[in-house]
Amino acid sequence: MLIIREGTLIDPGNISGCYDIIIRNGNIVGIQAPGTFRELQKQDDVVINAKGKIVTPGLIDMHVHLREPGHEYKETISSGTMAAASGGFTAVCSMPNTNPVNDCAEITEYIIKKAVQAGRSRVYPVASISKGLNGKNLSAFGELKRSGAVAVTDDGLPVSDSQLMRRAMEYAMGFDLPVISHAEDLQLTGNGVMNEGTPATRLGLAGIPNAAEAVMVMRDISLCELTGARLHIAHVSTKESVRAIRDAKERGLPVTAETAPHYFTLTDEHLIEYNTNFKMNPPLRSPQDREAVRQGLADGTIDVIATDHAPHSSLEKDIEFCQAANGIIGLETALPLSLKLVQDHVITMETMVQKMSRNPARILGLEVGIIEGFPADITIFDPEFSHTIDADRFYSKSRNTPFHGWQVKGKALVTIVGGNVVFNEFTDGKRL
Amino acid sequence: MEFNRKDILDIASLSNEEITFILDTADKMKEISERPIKKVPTLRGKTIVLFFYEPSTRTKLSFDIAAKRLSADCVSLTASSSSMVKGETLIDTARNLEAMKPDVIVIRHSASGAPHMLSRYVKTSVINAGDGTHAHPSQALLDMMTVREKKGGLAGLRIAIVGDISHSRVARSDIVGFTKMGADVVVSGPPTMIPKGIENLGASVSHKVDSAIQDADVVMMLRIQKERQSSFLFSTEREYAREYGLSEKRMEMMKSDVLIMHPGPVNRGVEISPLVADGKHSVILDQVTNGVALRMALFYLLAGGIRNVDN
Repeated sequence: MLIIREGTLIDPGNISGCYDIIIRNGNIVGIQAPGTFRELQKQDDVVINAKGKIVTPGLIDMHVHLREPGHEYKETISSGTMAAASGGFTAVCSMPNTNPVNDCAEITEYIIKKAVQAGRSRVYPVASISKGLNGKNLSAFGELKRSGAVAVTDDGLPVSDSQLMRRAMEYAMGFDLPVISHAEDLQLTGNGVMNEGTPATRLGLAGIPNAAEAVMVMRDISLCELTGARLHIAHVSTKESVRAIRDAKERGLPVTAETAPHYFTLTDEHLIEYNTNFKMNPPLRSPQDREAVRQGLADGTIDVIATDHAPHSSLEKDIEFCQAANGIIGLETALPLSLKLVQDHVITMETMVQKMSRNPARILGLEVGIIEGFPADITIFDPEFSHTIDADRFYSKSRNTPFHGWQVKGKALVTIVGGNVVFNEFTDGKRL
Repeated sequence: MEFNRKDILDIASLSNEEITFILDTADKMKEISERPIKKVPTLRGKTIVLFFYEPSTRTKLSFDIAAKRLSADCVSLTASSSSMVKGETLIDTARNLEAMKPDVIVIRHSASGAPHMLSRYVKTSVINAGDGTHAHPSQALLDMMTVREKKGGLAGLRIAIVGDISHSRVARSDIVGFTKMGADVVVSGPPTMIPKGIENLGASVSHKVDSAIQDADVVMMLRIQKERQSSFLFSTEREYAREYGLSEKRMEMMKSDVLIMHPGPVNRGVEISPLVADGKHSVILDQVTNGVALRMALFYLLAGGIRNVDN
């Protein structure tokens, strides 16, 4: 039996306050008054003292590039799920742009098998919309769903063909799969490598206008209206996208959206000295866009915080800016950066937990919650834990983070998946 | 004054005093090129590497001549002759170059920021000879030298830059340099060629060429590249010449002592008419002459000046 004693539970819409949690055979079997665990405690029970700490349903990162199969030098399912566990995530969604692409049952099954072997965070594969991400033929959504895929996307690439997107949304409805949109007009992006605006002009780098994202967000909302399919907009970065999604939600369309910590934390003004750890797609936007994203998180327009964890090695990053790969890692920095929103009173702690656990679970049809009978996927964190982000101590195989050296507050202490402690800061933590 | 800079990467990182000092030094260097024996021993025993990833004739030749007039040993390397074609990274190439102990590396690269990256990895002095669409500091300095020489100063002048500002590193460096030195810079051209936020670099924007040039003391025309048609930046060269080109007719509305400049190479008949390019207001060839003196000054200050000699 595993006992979490006297933690401050935050499970929005379900429970909040100080309780003991009793876990047996991987499931939550009791939630009771603090201190009462002693009545049940046996000799060999493990007791985690969570007094003064926050206990939440397991955090879920619905946008992660685990890179396996195909790019194991950047990340493996094992290293990525360990990074996730140490960041407080009990589950992640793996994006399909692996090599080979996750467009068939075999790859989906392989990813799940590898994740089970690794024994850290759960992995829910997201499959590709088009075969081999070719933008031409639909992947086999039915067999992918049966094998364990929880959504479909061509993430990394947009679905440029509007007819394919329409049909993908309709086809996905038949299997109750949400469609995740990487919204980007590639022609408008052109050869752009950062946000269009004064910093890009100053650096002499080709710019990507907000419209490159917004026009596709608007197209996909139109297709959502046409088809009635569930649409999830990935990595929202612009004020125009936030406005369009807010409007779509007001009209009652089944649209959800996510943003990443870097979009509510950084702007294009942070990009100096051609540091490629500030290069990602969509790019860091203007301070006005960052404000709109924060506003979107606060008013519920943006449902989910997801990292778009994108590991790259020095081969892709220690080169000329315009040639460097897009993307940064995020699993091990998301929690403190999101807690900063709570500290800054942009959102409440409850809302943060909602956006990092309950909402992604709802979108993907997963069961998560501190509820008797539910699997014990639980995150315990200390929101006051001050530390300096040190990329050299990450579990991820890659180091491409713009937050190295940042002084932050908040750290996952214990991550529990199916009743097993998969990360414990006090024994696994490289910081203590 | 002491000049303690390791690199010349862009104009933005230079102070007004440093810019003035470089221009003063270049003025003194100019006389060397007028001598029958155009060579001084100042940089004897120094090695300068010209590392050009991007094709260049004028700038490379100018740096090469400048090095030779100061007696430095100058070797050049192009992308096609380097190990870049074998897949070597810029950082590896830079470290290998440094291992051969040159005193200055002059780099031209198609990627904005490449010289900055290089300078972080090598202790050798780095001169940016043009990076992507970012900066071309030696060109801006020679432009300032030329204007200062002809006008007696820079403060209070009105400089008009006309053409594809978006893709011009010369325009960016000139905007930063001239405004730093107290001049007003106005940029003009088709709106497709004016980058977002250029006002924040210190330039004002006028989409009407006539209003940009009529009060200007200096008009700098930029080369229009034909391949920009495919990215829809303009329609035809003929239309460009009529709407934005510097014609004899436009000369009539300009100040009587206006200077006409062009960083070259010139597209005669497109951005500038032949008669204007060769006319009495044109200082295009003075720019080229001053380029050698200016680059001699940069070499001297980085490799032969106070920084190295006194240590």
